Amino acid sequence: MTTTTATDPAVLRALLDRVRAGREFGANVYSTLDVLQVLYDRVLRITPETVDNPDRDRFLLSKGHAVAGYYALLAARGFIPVTWLDDQGGPESRLGDHPDRLLVPGVEIGCGSLGHGLGLGVGTALGLRAQGRTDTRVYVLLGDAELDEGSNHEAIAYAGATGLGNLTAIVLDNRSASHGWPGGAASRFTVNGWTAATVDGRDHAALHTALTGHDHHRPHVVVAVVTDGE
Amino acid sequence: MRETFVTTAAEVLADPRTTIVLADISAAAFAPAAARYPGRVVNVGIREQLMVGVAGGLALTGQRPIVHSYAPFLVERAYEQIKLDLDHQGVGAVLVSVGASHDRAAAGRTHLAPADVALIDTLNGWTVHVPGHPDEVPALLRDAVCGQGSAYLRLSTQTNARAYPEAGELRVVRDAGPGTPLLVAVGPLLDAALAAVADRPVTVAYTHRPRPFDTAGLRALAGTEVILVEPYLAGTSARVVGAALADKPHRLHALGVGRSDLRRYGTSEDHDRWHGLDAAGLRRSVDAFLTPAGAAA
Repeated sequence: MTTTTATDPAVLRALLDRVRAGREFGANVYSTLDVLQVLYDRVLRITPETVDNPDRDRFLLSKGHAVAGYYALLAARGFIPVTWLDDQGGPESRLGDHPDRLLVPGVEIGCGSLGHGLGLGVGTALGLRAQGRTDTRVYVLLGDAELDEGSNHEAIAYAGATGLGNLTAIVLDNRSASHGWPGGAASRFTVNGWTAATVDGRDHAALHTALTGHDHHRPHVVVAVVTDGE
Repeated sequence: MRETFVTTAAEVLADPRTTIVLADISAAAFAPAAARYPGRVVNVGIREQLMVGVAGGLALTGQRPIVHSYAPFLVERAYEQIKLDLDHQGVGAVLVSVGASHDRAAAGRTHLAPADVALIDTLNGWTVHVPGHPDEVPALLRDAVCGQGSAYLRLSTQTNARAYPEAGELRVVRDAGPGTPLLVAVGPLLDAALAAVADRPVTVAYTHRPRPFDTAGLRALAGTEVILVEPYLAGTSARVVGAALADKPHRLHALGVGRSDLRRYGTSEDHDRWHGLDAAGLRRSVDAFLTPAGAAA
């Protein structure tokens, strides 16, 4: 029952431009667009009609500064009205520079301070498991620089040790961590028992395979490498 | 109180909506409950940020988390997780600490948490319970778990000789008559406060729920002089009392644990004495406060 409706890239770009409203966005905004499209088009089982359904898949954006593309995508897929994109960050806007789950339908967590999404994702996965919702999946999008925050490593170690198979982390690796991750970001997960795939973060087919090819017996990480920015 | 908490919490687990989240502290005590309710006693290891993050995630799925550790690790170390992973997400949890201000005085500063209630008090809408006796714990825990919002239960090895159930609202324990100075004792400091003013014309009221503070009861009982005796950072409730009595001429003396790191070990009784919270110390403070200006000279 995976959703397969493709988001028209031209429409998405137009919506992103509407959010941008002439402002300059950093490369991190554009580098997340492809992952978000693949997730919402082909992986996540969630629609505007099921945002409150307890069986919905959960997508937790942890790197909240990459929010412009997220808002554009939520608008493209009907979670929020397109008109909300205007005056983003303004005094009457529901769309801040970091998203607030109480203000935006379809947003699972409010974020902005880095290092909170994966812990919340672990708790969400545990709650779903305790409720017998074994087929419901939790996806958390992080950045490679965000991995600097030690809270992530608490979550990575625990999720691996307890085999949280309904949890998938996506690390958008745009090589922005000040001290890098020698040996690759994925190794931080695999040493703790996660399965991992490192792919080109622009390649939709590769992203889809990486996000769906695992067995859900262990937590899984997809490292989406985007080095060219834009 | 910790044993009473473990027993009651294990009973509360009969509700499939509840989940206990631990960071190794008390994990052995919860082992029987963990065996009985697999998946709903979660020990994340010595990872306090994750402990509170997990509680937030659980609450997002509709579970009611009970989160437990030593006070400094639960409240101080993971403060941003409390602020963001619970409050900002619009979800609640029940936080239960042990250790209090200086239960394990010999362990030193790392295990002392006199500022925990003040930190929780920077947040919005929390209920804070500071029981003064183990028998007060079960009802407070059950009520907190049955509620929707967030609550902080501060357990201690220090206790009063007897329990005073249902003391959320101010409960007069000793009535010295209308217009007499009012002493409000919070949690386990009641007995010391009663002893301190045993032969003084002071009305003593007790509460084990400093938040929300019973401001209506305070207004009904307070004359001109109000004395607060709190087992955590001195002055924690001064702003609440000040606001409640803003339209009444009054004098407030707020007693509690001092701010300085004493760099001393010993027992909790020693620390109470050093902070002036034993009966003799409280009596000295109360007498000085109630002595008319100029009379002391």
